[in-house]
Order: sequence, then C-alpha cells, then structure tokens
Amino acid sequence: MPTLFLFGASEGGLFDFDATLPLMAVQVVLLTFILNALFFKPVGRVVEEREDYVNTSRAEAKKKIAEVERLETELKDQLKKARLEAQKVILEAEQDSENLYKEALALATSEANASREKARREIDSQRDEALNQLKSEADNLGDLIIERLLAKK
Amino acid sequence: MGFLPFVFPLAELEVGQHLYWQIGNFRIHGQVFMTSWLLIGALLALVVIGTKKMERDPKGVQNLLEFLWDYIRDLARTQIGEKVYRDWMPFIGTLFLFIFVSNWGGALVPWKLIELPSGELGAPTADINTTVALALLVSLSYFYAGLSNKGLRYFEYYVHPTPIMLPFKIVEDFTKPLSLSFRLFGNILADELVVAVLVFLVPLVLPVPVMFLGLFTSAIQALIFATLAAYYIGEAVEEHH
Repeated sequence: MPTLFLFGASEGGLFDFDATLPLMAVQVVLLTFILNALFFKPVGRVVEEREDYVNTSRAEAKKKIAEVERLETELKDQLKKARLEAQKVILEAEQDSENLYKEALALATSEANASREKARREIDSQRDEALNQLKSEADNLGDLIIERLLAKK
Repeated sequence: MGFLPFVFPLAELEVGQHLYWQIGNFRIHGQVFMTSWLLIGALLALVVIGTKKMERDPKGVQNLLEFLWDYIRDLARTQIGEKVYRDWMPFIGTLFLFIFVSNWGGALVPWKLIELPSGELGAPTADINTTVALALLVSLSYFYAGLSNKGLRYFEYYVHPTPIMLPFKIVEDFTKPLSLSFRLFGNILADELVVAVLVFLVPLVLPVPVMFLGLFTSAIQALIFATLAAYYIGEAVEEHH
C-alpha cells in the first residue's frame, strides 16, 4: 500500500493511508442509510406528526375561541334587545294602567256627578212640591180663617 | 516504531502504530474498525431502544433522540436552506453522530485496558484514514448536491461574482476536504496525545481538567465538521441571482 507521508519506516506512521480509507467511507455511507431508516425517518415522522397535531389543535382552538366570541356577542346583543323590549313592555304596561286608571277615574267622576245631579234635581223637585203643598195648605188655612172670622160676625 | 521515544512501564505512547488486518491484497487498520464497530453498535443500540415504542408524549430515550433530531434538523436547515435540507439531513446527522460518538468514545472508554499485539485502541477519528474518508464523502456530496439541483449551472458558482474567482474556487475544492480532515484528525490526535503525555508525566489529578477540555473539543469538532459539511452543501445548492 502506498504510504504518502512516512514517519520512520516503510510501514506504519501517522499518515499511513491504506484500504482503511475506502472501507471507512463505505461504512459511513452504510451507516447513513441505516440511521436514515432507523433514526431520521421514524423520529422525523413522530416529531412532524406531533407538530401537525399541535398546529391543528391550535388552529381548532382558535376557531373555537372565535366561535365562542361570536356566540358571546350574539348573546349579548340578544340580551340587550330583550332588555330593551322588556323595558318597552313595562313602559307600555305602565302607560296602559295609567290610562285605564284615568279612564276609570273619569267614568267614576262623571257617574258620581250624574248621580249627584240627579239627586239634587230630585231634592229640588221634592222641595218645590213640598213648598207648593205647604203654600196651598197655607192658602187653604188662610181662607178657612177668613171664612170663620167672617161667619162669626 | 514509536513516533515519540517514550519507554516507560506506566504509560507507553504508541503513535503511528497500527494493528494490520490483511484482506486479500489490502491491508486495513484493525484497531480503527474494532472501535468504530463497537461505537456504531452502541449508537445503533441507543437508536433502536429509543425508537422501539415511540409515542406522542415522548418518554426516556425517545426524548434524547428527538432532541438530537431537532438539533440536527436546525443545523441542516440553517446551513442548507429550507428547500433541500430534508435530502441532506440524514447525511449531516450521520456525520455529526458518528464523529461525536467516535470522539467521545475514544475519550471516555478506557481502551488502554485492552492489550493489542500492535497499536492501541482509540478514537476512530484519530486515524487520518477515517477523517479523510469523511472529508471526501463531504466533497462528493456537495458536488452531487450542486449538480443534481442545478445541473451544469452548478459551475456558475466558480465564476460567480467575477471570473477572477475561478482559480480560487478550484483551489477551494481541494482545501475544503484537506482542512476538514486535518482539523478533525489533528484535534482528536492532539487531545489523545496531550492526555497520554500528561498521564505519563503526572499520573494523578492534573490530566483530569485536560480530559474535560478534550471532551469539550471533541463535541465542538463534531459540530464543526457537521456544520461545515452542511455549509458546503448549502453553498453548492444556493441559487445565485
């Protein structure tokens, strides 16, 4: 075997090149293929699967968060609307009740007025009647007194 | 034929000695293959255990493997670019793991306990054959990456800003594997030598911080080699406008 640099003798030395070189090269190439099959491919598959899993999980989580936020705003809107509607209903009801109360009050007042009026008129007529009766009775009595006084004479 | 003339019963330094195996007409360095097979075996065992039952919620060794995978993916992606890094990730990752396991295995396993008839066991990356093999693989792969991605337009790279760059870029094709292989080889061998010399001189306490420094260098060298390999591939597939 050719020895390029010799230290001392025809064989050996630090720079003793021989068939070790090509054999080592072949060995390393073989090791590359073996490690590719046993190490780089399977570990790469696992790592990349996990990276995919993490990425898809994160994307899904983001989508879910967006969905939740959308639902939340929707619900808030609905809640707001419902509250406004409730307020409107309450206001309407209050107004209705007030109206009803006013109507009832007006009706009652007018009825009371009418009955009072009627009563007063009845009282008036009865008083007039009584007065007339009294007047006629007084007239009669006066006539009778006059007749009796005249008759005595 | 020791490179350094140390003869001492406690720790003997053997540099440049190899355990030769004869295969037909060829000779190979047995100690390099023995350690590399052991370390590759350990690496594969770890990988097999960790990927046996993988779940979406990682447990135990799966965590470690996923961390490594992620680390290598980031390295490949930043250097090569989003478009083609997937094709080159196994190669870059294998370079990183093999060099890392070799460097640390060489530093952490007490290989000296095993006696060899000649040479000694150590980090496979402390042998120039290994590092040159790795560097040449990197050269081949960046050529292949450039040609397969851009066809003959790959050679625009050589005259990219101006044609004046042509000789420099051609020289670069030689200096890239040279620097890659010698950087790794030099660092790992130097680390082993420093530890060995310190153990030889002061057998207690003092070598420990240097050993830790060696572990640090080993990890850094693996990272540098893988990063540069990815950078060269990224440079080859990059689109010039």
